[in-house]
Amino acid sequence: MRRKILIAVPYLWLLALFLVPFLIVLKISLSDIALAIPPYVPTLDPGGGWAGIKEFFAGLDFENFKFLTTDDLYWKAYLSSLQIAFIATLLTLIVAYPIAYGMASAPDHWRPTLMMLVILPFWTSFLIRVYSWVGILSNEGYLNQLLLGIGVISEPLTILNTNVAVYIGIVYTYLPFMILPIYAALERMDGSLLEAAEDLGCSRITAFWLVTFPLSKNGIIAGCFLVFIPTIGEFVIPSLLGGSRTLMIGKVLWEEFFNNRDWPVASAVAVILLIILIIPIILFQRNEQKQREAEG
Amino acid sequence: MSQTVFEPWNDPQAKPLIQFKNVTKRFGDFTAIDNQTFDIYEGEFFALLGPSGCGKTTMMRMLGGFEKVTEGQILLAGQDMAPIPPNKRAVNMMFQSYALFPHLSVYDNIAFGLKRDKMPKDQLAERVAQMLKLVRLEKFAKRKPHQISGGQRQRVALARSLAKAPKLLLLDEPLGALDAKLRQDTQFELVDIQEKTGTTFVIVTHDQEEAMTVASRVAVMDDGKIMQADTPANIYEVPNSVYVADFIGDVTIIEGRATRNGEGYDIAFAEGQPVLHAESDKSFQNGQTCHLAIRPEKVSITAERPEARNALKGTILDIAYLGNLSTYHVKLETGQIIKAQTANTRRLSRRSFTWEDTVWLSWTDSAGILLEG
Repeated sequence: MRRKILIAVPYLWLLALFLVPFLIVLKISLSDIALAIPPYVPTLDPGGGWAGIKEFFAGLDFENFKFLTTDDLYWKAYLSSLQIAFIATLLTLIVAYPIAYGMASAPDHWRPTLMMLVILPFWTSFLIRVYSWVGILSNEGYLNQLLLGIGVISEPLTILNTNVAVYIGIVYTYLPFMILPIYAALERMDGSLLEAAEDLGCSRITAFWLVTFPLSKNGIIAGCFLVFIPTIGEFVIPSLLGGSRTLMIGKVLWEEFFNNRDWPVASAVAVILLIILIIPIILFQRNEQKQREAEG
Repeated sequence: MSQTVFEPWNDPQAKPLIQFKNVTKRFGDFTAIDNQTFDIYEGEFFALLGPSGCGKTTMMRMLGGFEKVTEGQILLAGQDMAPIPPNKRAVNMMFQSYALFPHLSVYDNIAFGLKRDKMPKDQLAERVAQMLKLVRLEKFAKRKPHQISGGQRQRVALARSLAKAPKLLLLDEPLGALDAKLRQDTQFELVDIQEKTGTTFVIVTHDQEEAMTVASRVAVMDDGKIMQADTPANIYEVPNSVYVADFIGDVTIIEGRATRNGEGYDIAFAEGQPVLHAESDKSFQNGQTCHLAIRPEKVSITAERPEARNALKGTILDIAYLGNLSTYHVKLETGQIIKAQTANTRRLSRRSFTWEDTVWLSWTDSAGILLEG
């Protein structure tokens, strides 16, 4: 009995916080737009009895999904989101790996401090941190002032409102999600493995590629998914730092919802996004499970 | 067939494989190795034995190239090792943690060093197969390290470090992670493999039994210094210091004053106790403080006063029953405790002595070793 309750807790959690909202979104995506509150029809009228329920289901259709295929904005936005997420994940990995490596090879008494420094940005509002990049990257911003000041450039660089700014924003924001799993993998590694590799004839660099890198693979995979999955649906960063040509599905969704007040289409966009995300999430889960088995 | 005894350290013509020349190693203010000079010969199984923190591991890591020598020189086959990094040395090491690569199979672990040498494929496969056979792991070649037992891992580590046929193999507490029974079997296996391959082994251990079993010579270390380096038998029978006598095996140390008497010395150690006698070729001045070290198994225990020159009376304070042996702690009237050991050839119920019994302890003139300090 007690076991059943214990198992029930996470399932109830999932039901209340994932499945129920998802069903609501799915239902809206099958509805039609209307000038009403809420802005779609049909709505379920419990007073209508059996006929009311029948009428309700008859009102649902896949029109919104069909609509998504008629306008190439949507699939372009999906593809562009995937591309931006992919490149941003790669960039984050390139920046995060040396940091994680440095942390793992730092003396023991330094590690908690370094860990703290990585986590510290989370203590300030995400929105403010992204906004502050506007001040840094704008034409009159600190970066341009600095570069002009030391004479590296003669014209200010246009970074803000381009994809470059979006990449900077994503790398900055998601860096800890990449650093922490890689650091965890590297930190667990037995230092004598590298000595053994050297002893058997490796140079420091080959020892890194043959031992350190493969042993941090699981950390890299976990970090990449932790960055890739939320980045696909990212809205705040592209809307604050990106330009009119930065096409991301999160932004499209927001516009459908708030500018067009087209809840059904926005919901359809969200449902498709979720379906796209399910693939990497399953892959991520499988990686975690494989790792647990290998350690078991 | 005459068999020559393997004792290159007694042969002035023999060329040592490894020479430590005034080697000192400091970590900051701490001196880990203090001005040591000694030789290790080809084909030896040399054990560095000592308590933790005595510098034995540092000694080995300097041989492997993982620590730099602060002062002095280490020569391998006459060549100064200082500028040669670990990956270029003809020395391999078996790590205490085994340091097997967890992402590689047993086969690939053993092949790791050979691949770095760019050994041709067929030759490599042959060498790995040979190594797997040597450590009897042919069936486990495809397994990953976490899929085999601790004893098997130990053998993989040994095979991996031997695969490149090093001139010198370093073993850092190689049996430390094995349980007692397995450890005993593995000790003999290790000696066997050392003889088969003819490789010079240097082993670091804190387990004296292990050192005595496997080694051709044992170096007892304390505080960054080698106190004595000799064959296991000599280390046990003729220790050169109280430290070595006390460190190896069980011993009773009696402090007294020496007076020359015939072939040896008389030792007066306490008021009201008879003077002891020990043969010794060391020279002491009359009245000089000396220490007499006696191994418990060389002390006989009797109910009646024996005829021996060294005979002391006491009462049994404690009996340590070890199954095959019993060690008696006998307290003299002066308070000193002397240990005596007897083999338990009879059943326990028929044992001759028990607690509080008054007994006589005796030993021959050659049983005790006279030491300065």
